[in-house]
Amino acid sequence: MSEKIGSKKFSMSKAFIYLILAVGSFLSIFPLYWMFVMATNHNSAINNVPPAFIPGEALVENFTNVINTIDFFGAIWNSLIVSTIATIGVLFLCSLAGFAFAIFNFKGKNILFVFILVTMMIPPQLGLIPQYIIITKLDWLNDLKAIIVPGLIDAFGIFWMRQYISSNVPKELVEAAKIDGCSNFRVYWNIAIPVIIPAFATLAIIRFMYIWNDFLWPLVVLRDQSSFTIQVALRGLIDNYVRDNGMILSGTFWATVPLIIVFILLNRLFISSLTEGAVKS
Amino acid sequence: MAQIQTKVQKQLPPTKKRSSLSEKTKEAISGYIYISPFFILFGIFGLFPMLFSFYLGFQKWNGLGEMEFVGFQNFKWILTDQLFWTSLSNTLIMWVLGTLPQLLIGIILAYALNSTLIKLKSFFRVSIFMPYVTSTVAVAIVFGIMFNDQEFGLFNLIAGLFGVDPISWGTSWWGVKVAISTMVFWRWVGYNTIIYLAGLQAIPNDLYEAAVIDGATIRQKIQYITIPMLRPIIILTVFTSTIGALQLFTEPLIFIGRTYREEGLTVVLYLYREAFVNLAFGPASAAAIILFLIIIILSTINVFIANRVGR
Repeated sequence: MSEKIGSKKFSMSKAFIYLILAVGSFLSIFPLYWMFVMATNHNSAINNVPPAFIPGEALVENFTNVINTIDFFGAIWNSLIVSTIATIGVLFLCSLAGFAFAIFNFKGKNILFVFILVTMMIPPQLGLIPQYIIITKLDWLNDLKAIIVPGLIDAFGIFWMRQYISSNVPKELVEAAKIDGCSNFRVYWNIAIPVIIPAFATLAIIRFMYIWNDFLWPLVVLRDQSSFTIQVALRGLIDNYVRDNGMILSGTFWATVPLIIVFILLNRLFISSLTEGAVKS
Repeated sequence: MAQIQTKVQKQLPPTKKRSSLSEKTKEAISGYIYISPFFILFGIFGLFPMLFSFYLGFQKWNGLGEMEFVGFQNFKWILTDQLFWTSLSNTLIMWVLGTLPQLLIGIILAYALNSTLIKLKSFFRVSIFMPYVTSTVAVAIVFGIMFNDQEFGLFNLIAGLFGVDPISWGTSWWGVKVAISTMVFWRWVGYNTIIYLAGLQAIPNDLYEAAVIDGATIRQKIQYITIPMLRPIIILTVFTSTIGALQLFTEPLIFIGRTYREEGLTVVLYLYREAFVNLAFGPASAAAIILFLIIIILSTINVFIANRVGR
């Protein structure tokens, strides 16, 4: 937007834009900073007027209290396992299905694909109770399988992969490989996979974040402390009778930091992945 | 690529048959096998539960014991439960409170970010997007403490600067809703900003240039170029944030805790409580079906409006 108005008005609008962005950034970051401040202060410094606004000395003490209240590292570990396995599974299954939809010809292909798209519209709460019953019948309560296996269903992922493969994997190459005697799976593995690495990165970020942050479903099927993911475990912090806000925010802060660091390091990839998906679908 | 092809064709005459099945059949079989995991898993964990919900909605069942067919009784029970209507109106109020400001501020921030004069652009982008990376549970915990009822709660402290007495965020009718909507707002505004930004960047620059030549003012440019070009994206964000708002669960559960206070009860929270606290699977399924219908109705209205406005 190149404004060719007088220079004074020009800088005014520029200053205004900076002001908007500065306020927006401040309000976005402040709760995270404040979380850190509280995580390093004693409860007495927090419940004070005015409360602490700079980091205190209770960093270690608060975190020790967290570890004594919940199995913090166990829960982080569970979250890592669940998110990693489900993400890898989704990458494999979605790229395989997306490959089939993009490259192969078979009867009913279009109807099946539309069906997959329609499943995206169904609110997940509709089947919540029967899903819980199925998990009970499978004896998967308190078992990480209860999160991983249903987590492998990703209609959006199939859609995403199909779009990417049909516009990026050259059809001639596929034909050539087939004439050369490549099996269909070899074509997928040796020709499609190397080309779709960027789509893998995008889908991996979307899926990992989704499962890492999911709360309702783990809350329903994970009842035992030892099976908690970090989101469910965090809830255990606020359920105490004695509310120690320093301790609560210490757990919350340290559970949030790893993802924030990865985000800052890979911010371009993260932002484009998480929003492109929304726009494309 | 052409090279590879000619090479391959030299080595293998195209007439050579490799197996008894034709290439076409083999391709179809592979196709079905490759897409089957989705359909098997979706059948077990998606489609069957969905259909079973419709069945359960007409049964009386506590998860154990025998089911008993009760007709429309569950629906009648839900629709005459004052608490259900409270949860529905709460959900709709928080939908408006959380969504509208979010989209409005999102557009403003995107407009500011799109301005070519600005330095530090990636810093602003990263910081504005950062809340979205924070988990909903973490957001609800942090804001829950900021919205403490006491005067040392951050928001009451700010209110105090303006001479307002401490507000009971956790227990008052509007307090709870404003607090929960703020959490939703904070987590999603950056996300929508970036989506709008993508939309703004897709608007071809020559449109603006042509408008400048024709002597258009900034306001005219926004009104006649930016807003119309951005319309599909605005509709998309309204659509997704509406569906998201109707499924609000984590924030109220964390904020009002095990008391399930009326002031912050949402439809999904109501459903969750019926099912997993009261073990009333029948009424809970009925509530799930009603929620499903509401979402369908609102989505249809959304599509309808989008089609009319889009013209």
